[in-house]
Amino acid sequence: MQGQVSTAAAVLEGRDLAALRGERLIFANLDFTVSAGELLKLVGRNGAGKSTLMRMIAGLVTPFAGQISWHGSPVRDDPDGFCADMIYAGHQDGLKTALSAAENLDLFARLRGIRSQPADQALAAFGIADLADLPVRYMSAGQRRRVSLARLLVAPASLWLLDEPLTALDTSAIEQLGSVVDAHRDGGGMVIAATHADLPGSPGKVLEIVPPDPFEDDAEPSA
Amino acid sequence: MSRTFLMLIRRDLLLAHRQGGGSLLAIAFFVLVVSLFPLGVGPAPEMLERIAAGTIWVAALLSVLLSLDRMFQADLEDGSLDQLALLPIPLALVVLAKTIAHWLTTGLPLTLTAPLLGLLMQLSPDAYGALVAGMLLGTPILSLIGAIGAALTVGVRRGGVLLTLIVTPLYIPILIFGVSAVEAAAQGFAISAHMLFLSALLSGTIVIAPIAAAWSLKLALD
Amino acid sequence: MHRFANPTRFLRLAAAVLPFSAAVAALCLGAGLVWGLFFAPPDYQQGDTVRIMFIHVPSAMMAMGVYAGMAISSAIALIWRHAIADLIAKASAPIGATFTFICLLTGSLWGKPMWGTWWVWDARLTSMLIMLFIYLGYMALWQAFDDQTKAARAAAILALVGAINLPVIKFSVEWWNTLHQPASLITMEGPKIHESLLWPLLLMIVGFGAYYLTVLIFRVRAEIHQRRTRMLRMAQADRHNAMQAAD
Repeated sequence: MQGQVSTAAAVLEGRDLAALRGERLIFANLDFTVSAGELLKLVGRNGAGKSTLMRMIAGLVTPFAGQISWHGSPVRDDPDGFCADMIYAGHQDGLKTALSAAENLDLFARLRGIRSQPADQALAAFGIADLADLPVRYMSAGQRRRVSLARLLVAPASLWLLDEPLTALDTSAIEQLGSVVDAHRDGGGMVIAATHADLPGSPGKVLEIVPPDPFEDDAEPSA
Repeated sequence: MSRTFLMLIRRDLLLAHRQGGGSLLAIAFFVLVVSLFPLGVGPAPEMLERIAAGTIWVAALLSVLLSLDRMFQADLEDGSLDQLALLPIPLALVVLAKTIAHWLTTGLPLTLTAPLLGLLMQLSPDAYGALVAGMLLGTPILSLIGAIGAALTVGVRRGGVLLTLIVTPLYIPILIFGVSAVEAAAQGFAISAHMLFLSALLSGTIVIAPIAAAWSLKLALD
Repeated sequence: MHRFANPTRFLRLAAAVLPFSAAVAALCLGAGLVWGLFFAPPDYQQGDTVRIMFIHVPSAMMAMGVYAGMAISSAIALIWRHAIADLIAKASAPIGATFTFICLLTGSLWGKPMWGTWWVWDARLTSMLIMLFIYLGYMALWQAFDDQTKAARAAAILALVGAINLPVIKFSVEWWNTLHQPASLITMEGPKIHESLLWPLLLMIVGFGAYYLTVLIFRVRAEIHQRRTRMLRMAQADRHNAMQAAD
């Protein structure tokens, strides 16, 4: 499972990626690498395709062009192996409102088959241990976000994909997320985050997504 | 993999239990539709006996149809469909698990209610076995084919009506075999041929439907 | 690169085939109709009513044939992501649905003098009715998506599921029919076709096929042009954005 010579340290690598959204090309020729312990921040204006790239890395969206590799081999060849080592926290919380916070986290860990921390500890890391038995239905948006992020701690995965993780979080929760991310990176974990605001903690690499040149393949731009 | 699979079924059953009412609603609808027929065609027992099998099966079919649109919609809306799709097992197995849970919460309760409706509809005493056996084999097929329709229309505007339009024609063979089994049994004929057809349909569908539904779900996630 | 698979080759091929298929359609349909309606002898049992067959039989064949074509192009579209195959499937559906409807209509017209009623739940008519529902569901699914690439994939999956199901439906309807229908009814396939009727019938079948091909080419062309229009509009919006950003 050693990386190839040219990309010795890169564990996750995207090459020449392009995405279509409703017949429209939203980005193209995108390359990135993430190595152990690294944070990659995706920036770009609204609609640039940060969420799409995030979902593409997760494997939910099929690339229109290009390829993503994990430990040197294409994710497409072993999607389940990749999924087992990756947690995607989308901009939706993905929580069941009829279940309590702890039940949601337990379910998540049991579906993935391996547990790294009990739900209580994970919730405590985000300062909501006392809400463990409260059905998510009664929680505020910020509390739900914390429960959703606590999933990162209940099942082990070396790659975290965080899509707008700071939405609805207050300053203390943002600090907590920062230290959770730092601890994950210190242990060799990797994080990709799409966010407008800055994540606290040690800075990482930045990848800016720019829209493709709209004048590119027309002979006469209407300028 | 099998632990995740069983866990998925338990998850959906737990959610159905917590949210409550799903099975009861399907049963209530089932009973209601069937009891409209005596009101519509008159209470003459010989008339009711003649239409009993068809009425019960059509009503069961409609009850299943009605329950289909929530199959993936709720999970899509709160984002947990993303999490299910990213489990380290093939999406087709996730679909199969959800379909089994759907059957346990609709098809099975309907099958258990059907004999009661047989009483209301003056069903011939010889035909109860065929009714229940047919529904035990047939309602899982309804859930499986329904999963394809539900996956194709998840996240689509006015998906519910579209779902009905897509799925109903595909339900016709099950209706035909299910009803004719009951009628054959009522007239004292063997029903093994009907049951074999239904079993063949079930084994074919259980392979194809989860794959087709998984492809369709990928579109909704894309 | 982001423009779809270049349709020039298809357009060139279509332009070459079109005059030919249009001519064949016009000639065969004209000759077949005149021969079938005026010169072919009436059936000894059904009289002049049998002439409806010249429309009914080819449209029934086309209803099934077009669906088969739709399923094959859907499979091609799914496996090789061939954009023209998607458009062929999409453009075929309304034509196939129309053939199915004509088949039902002529069957009903034929049934009035033969059966004394406009509609009989005969196995073939019932199968055709279900076929019409399947066509309608397919077309409705195309309509339901804004994103044409998604619509194409969803519709392709449905077309294939339908193709697997159609033989089962046909078989079950025939089974159902033998249970419920007295066998003494005359059916359309019943009387053996006399040789004098065979030639005009064959002409009509070829004519229907050529007509399908002609209309298909027109419809696929229209789809390609629509797609181009959408692309140009998107490009216009993108350029506007880019220019504003540059200012």
